[in-house]
Amino acid sequence: MTVETSLYNTPLADEHVALGAKMVSFGGWNMPLQYESIATEWEYNRKAVSLFDCSHMGEFMIKGDAKACGLDSIVMQAISDMPLNSCRYGAMLNDLGGVIDDLIVYRKGLRDWMIVVNAANIEKNARHFRAHLNSSAQFEDASFKTAKLDVQGPQSRDALKFLAPGIEKLTYYTFDQFQINGISCLISRTGYTGELGYEIYCPWEKAKEIWKTILNNATVKPTGLGVRDVLRVEMCYSLYGHELEETISPLEAGLDKFIDEKKDFIGCQSVSAHPPGKVIGYFISASRRSPRAGHKIFDTSGNEIGGVTSGTFSFGLQLGIGIGFMIPDANKVGMGVLFGDEKNKTAATVAKRPFYKKGSLKS
Amino acid sequence: MEIEENFLYTKEHEWVSIEDNIATMGITDYAQEALGDVTYVELPEEGAEVEQFEEFVSVESVKAASDIFAPMAGKVLEVNRKLEDDPAWINKDCYGKGWIARIEVRDMDESTNLMSAEEYRNYLESLEH
Repeated sequence: MTVETSLYNTPLADEHVALGAKMVSFGGWNMPLQYESIATEWEYNRKAVSLFDCSHMGEFMIKGDAKACGLDSIVMQAISDMPLNSCRYGAMLNDLGGVIDDLIVYRKGLRDWMIVVNAANIEKNARHFRAHLNSSAQFEDASFKTAKLDVQGPQSRDALKFLAPGIEKLTYYTFDQFQINGISCLISRTGYTGELGYEIYCPWEKAKEIWKTILNNATVKPTGLGVRDVLRVEMCYSLYGHELEETISPLEAGLDKFIDEKKDFIGCQSVSAHPPGKVIGYFISASRRSPRAGHKIFDTSGNEIGGVTSGTFSFGLQLGIGIGFMIPDANKVGMGVLFGDEKNKTAATVAKRPFYKKGSLKS
Repeated sequence: MEIEENFLYTKEHEWVSIEDNIATMGITDYAQEALGDVTYVELPEEGAEVEQFEEFVSVESVKAASDIFAPMAGKVLEVNRKLEDDPAWINKDCYGKGWIARIEVRDMDESTNLMSAEEYRNYLESLEH
């Protein structure tokens, strides 16, 4: 296997190939799908600690007063009240109230922000920020000079405490600057797996050294995007392109609690003016048969009530699990539904999020 | 890629091992590798009559669902019930404990529609180019 050149490569692409990873294209990037079996990588993450290369994700650096420079009206979540060194999840919307992207805002200083966005949306998002920030803001797209390594799993703190002394003090959704091998890194206690975990932001050219240093600890195993998708569906975390789209409102996507209702932000009037149609719901298959994106959802009489946006096999539940959009009347915890197509339907039950309840996220 | 020398193969990457008039079948190493972690197998009914190259089993992996085709026509005598709870046998031992079904062969001449190990090896090579 050779390193693909028509796609973007992270600074770790040849490390992945050397480790025997199966590589796939994801959001325009050449990324590791898996190094071992996905079941094995699931065990590494849920029982010990695993390492993901997430350098494909985008990082924007913005300097300016949140309200005065326009940043506060671009994102739907409250940010002016954020403590220093904290993170906050949310999204930015278009004029029609649809989700342009979901994102995490990091407050590095009173007027110093980092915004982390999805890889496939970097260019579109940068255009949106440039169009809506005013001249008092400084905007930099640092995506191609900032690598991101995710250390996730119940033993992630133990794996990092000697490499990044002081990391124990980080509470959920906070961050700080640390030195790993003398390299300055921003490390936040955040992640996409439902386990205790950290995201390490470091200079692009130093990523290989940090990757190798972390893997020197034999308890840490590299894991790919294949298991990452299983882990995030088990936690009912939305993924842009599946549960989030420019045509889906944050209310439909179940992001209500991340909206600051007291402020005026782009798209807010459209969101409040249009009551949601189909809303996001979560369901567990009655068997190992798994729902797939594109499947339809039916009520138990066979009437179509929605569609599946993500589905996979849950290694935690040993059953199929799915996320989809359904008409609200049929989308209540405990209700029976069917997924599949006109010919082949499988029984499932609408469930409470998350599917996987044993995660070490807040331990 | 592992290939069993005495088995016969289909273009859809099923293998078949024929003893007397009983054909034991499964999917090849190439197929299990391409599918990745197998998470669900929908086995056929025992006693069902199947035609050669008719889809009769459905296999799901973390990635996708795939149809599996009967390599020979006949009656399904037995299915591998172990796969219901532990479908990963298909990944761990595709030519052994990961077998899927045994078929009572109706017409032995149909084996001429299958590939030998040597032919299957060449076929896999042709797929890579």
